[in-house]
Amino acid sequence: MNNFSLILMLLVLMAVAYQFGMVRSRSLAGGNNSAIMHSRPHHYGMMVGLWAVLPPLFIMLLWNWFSPGVIQSMVLASIPAEHLPDGEQAAIIMRRISNLAANFGIVAEAAEWELNAANYLQALRQQSALMLTALMFIVASVGLLLSFRKIQPSLRARHQVEKVMMGLLLLCSTVAILTTIGIVLSMVGETLKFFTFIKPSDFFFGTTWNPRFSTAGVADGSLTGSQGSFGLLPLLSGTMLVAFIAMLVAIPLGLMVAIYMAEYAPSKVRNTVKPVIEVLAGIPTIVYGFFALVTVGPFLTDLGAMLGLTIRATSALTAGVVMGIMLIPFISSLSDDILTQVPKALRDGSLGLGATKSETIRKVVLPAALPGIVGAVLLAVSRAIGETMIVVLAAGNSPSLTANPFEAVSTVTVTIVNQLTGDNDFASPQSLVAFALGLTLFVITLLLNVVALVIVRKYREQYE
Amino acid sequence: MSESTVLNDAAKVKMTARDVKVFYGTNQAIHGIDMDIMENEVIAFIGPSGCGKSTFLRCLNRMNDTIDICRVTGQIALDGQDIYHPSLDVVQLRAQVGMVFQKPNPFPKSIYDNIAYGPKLHGLASKKSDLDDVVESSLRRAGLWEEVKDRLNQPGTGLSGGQQQRLCIARTIAVSPEVILMDEPCSALDPIATSIIEELIAELKQNFTIVIVTHNMQQAARVSDRTAFFHLGNLIELGVTNDVFTNPTQKRTEDYITGRYG
Repeated sequence: MNNFSLILMLLVLMAVAYQFGMVRSRSLAGGNNSAIMHSRPHHYGMMVGLWAVLPPLFIMLLWNWFSPGVIQSMVLASIPAEHLPDGEQAAIIMRRISNLAANFGIVAEAAEWELNAANYLQALRQQSALMLTALMFIVASVGLLLSFRKIQPSLRARHQVEKVMMGLLLLCSTVAILTTIGIVLSMVGETLKFFTFIKPSDFFFGTTWNPRFSTAGVADGSLTGSQGSFGLLPLLSGTMLVAFIAMLVAIPLGLMVAIYMAEYAPSKVRNTVKPVIEVLAGIPTIVYGFFALVTVGPFLTDLGAMLGLTIRATSALTAGVVMGIMLIPFISSLSDDILTQVPKALRDGSLGLGATKSETIRKVVLPAALPGIVGAVLLAVSRAIGETMIVVLAAGNSPSLTANPFEAVSTVTVTIVNQLTGDNDFASPQSLVAFALGLTLFVITLLLNVVALVIVRKYREQYE
Repeated sequence: MSESTVLNDAAKVKMTARDVKVFYGTNQAIHGIDMDIMENEVIAFIGPSGCGKSTFLRCLNRMNDTIDICRVTGQIALDGQDIYHPSLDVVQLRAQVGMVFQKPNPFPKSIYDNIAYGPKLHGLASKKSDLDDVVESSLRRAGLWEEVKDRLNQPGTGLSGGQQQRLCIARTIAVSPEVILMDEPCSALDPIATSIIEELIAELKQNFTIVIVTHNMQQAARVSDRTAFFHLGNLIELGVTNDVFTNPTQKRTEDYITGRYG
């Protein structure tokens, strides 16, 4: 039996055991009026269900963890000595045998001993599955019976069930954290590999980005001098320039939207407009990218021509402006929440002193909300830094160290895309640099988010 | 109630209310109140929760304007001028009729800026030294100067509850109002802080007209010249405080004062 049907059976078993436990506890409580059960019937049911299912599940996990290794060594031991592989060859031969057993992906005619080994492997696997099923069945029955017999008025079933629930929740919450750690570790490994090709100082402080093609790289180890330069600074400056322009657009507009929504809009308007603005946040960024490329870029070029400026259609300005538009709902929605959290008592205090509404907003509400708004802005900045598609389409992809917003730039995210797409050797610095860039980006946004969260939390404590 | 309840015939009427009704949506909170408030008196509003005393208080400087569904009819005048007249500037009104709230609500600014906020808005002090003077005299009159003079730059939110409430009173005094409305100013304070505020009210009476809403009948008896008893949106009785508490004319007032309900 395969694992999937085993799990299905376990679920069925759990439902049955649940009913058993519940019925048993009910009959205990009903048969003897003086007995007061410690827990509710469904707690007893759940307890029996868990005892019937969790131990076999655990055994199944362990079995699946260890049995392939055991089976493999048994198969290897069965192979005649003259064919016996050594070292790394073992894995290749095992793969071939396992393909033969599965009747899949066989390249050449199989030799006699290979077929024998494949048959042996197949038989072992079937045996293993049978043994697992039997073992799980026994353990499940024992668990069910023992826990079923333990049901008494004094048994604290609720405590057991709630402990298991807590464990489950804990497990779920660690998944997100472990994933983050996994991401970092995988990037750190590749980044360290990259730094065996390029000195960290050349990467972090280099002012030229010109990685060349990986075919011109270090394939034979003799061309290390001509593998191009991997300077981070042009990319970082491009990223910062685009993010800065985006903030110039998003902060004033977003804040004004938030102030209108929180302070002036009648509740009818607020209840319709707020969801609509939040829908804007759901537009795929690639669509914003089209918008930048087709509409905003040419418009800015025309505008520049009118003012006597040369603005490229794809430039830091185009990407920044569109990214700013994308971030407006982000800032307005967060700031709106923060502004409405400012206590009414503060507004009343100011109005009671004869301040007008706008004076109250400028001098009392906004200063009181400032830490929260700063947090919202920092979160928006970290999104701007990590944004990719708009910049791919609209920034011009020209990694040059410039502060002129009318020129084409490139950003860290765009470069990662460029370095990882196409036919690339994953062991070359041209590809590995993407991981170094990704890690750098990750660290920057992580720091920004941490600062933002600390600020937002500090603000929350002030009023709750 | 009648005109005979007026404390002192020689006293000047500061505010008048005629047939004031207040509606929250379709729900009527106040059913036609007539009242005269005299200059430099302390008048206390008492009554059970939900009787409309705070609502009526908030009509006196149009703080009810900030509640969307609230509607006020009738006439309220300050020095004979209708404060609900369309041409009246509500900002000016609130500078004349200041308000101290139930919960101390200092702004998240320094103590100095909390006081200077109102004078700056109304242009009461043009020079920094003038402003310093206003801040000092307001804090002195609120009895807070000695406690905070060395830390004017620290946040007002860092003071104790009683100090915060006196800061709010000082903030109100700083714009030189004529009437000060106090909405249960001591309900969030401990007994010591309460007695300090009560002493302060007795002093402020010299220069201001004070309207105070309170749940605490002993407090009303201690601080006020006249007391108004509200019940279910009606003004039941208004008279000299001593009379209201020792010899009420209305059965409902007596029941409330003796603790039979409310």
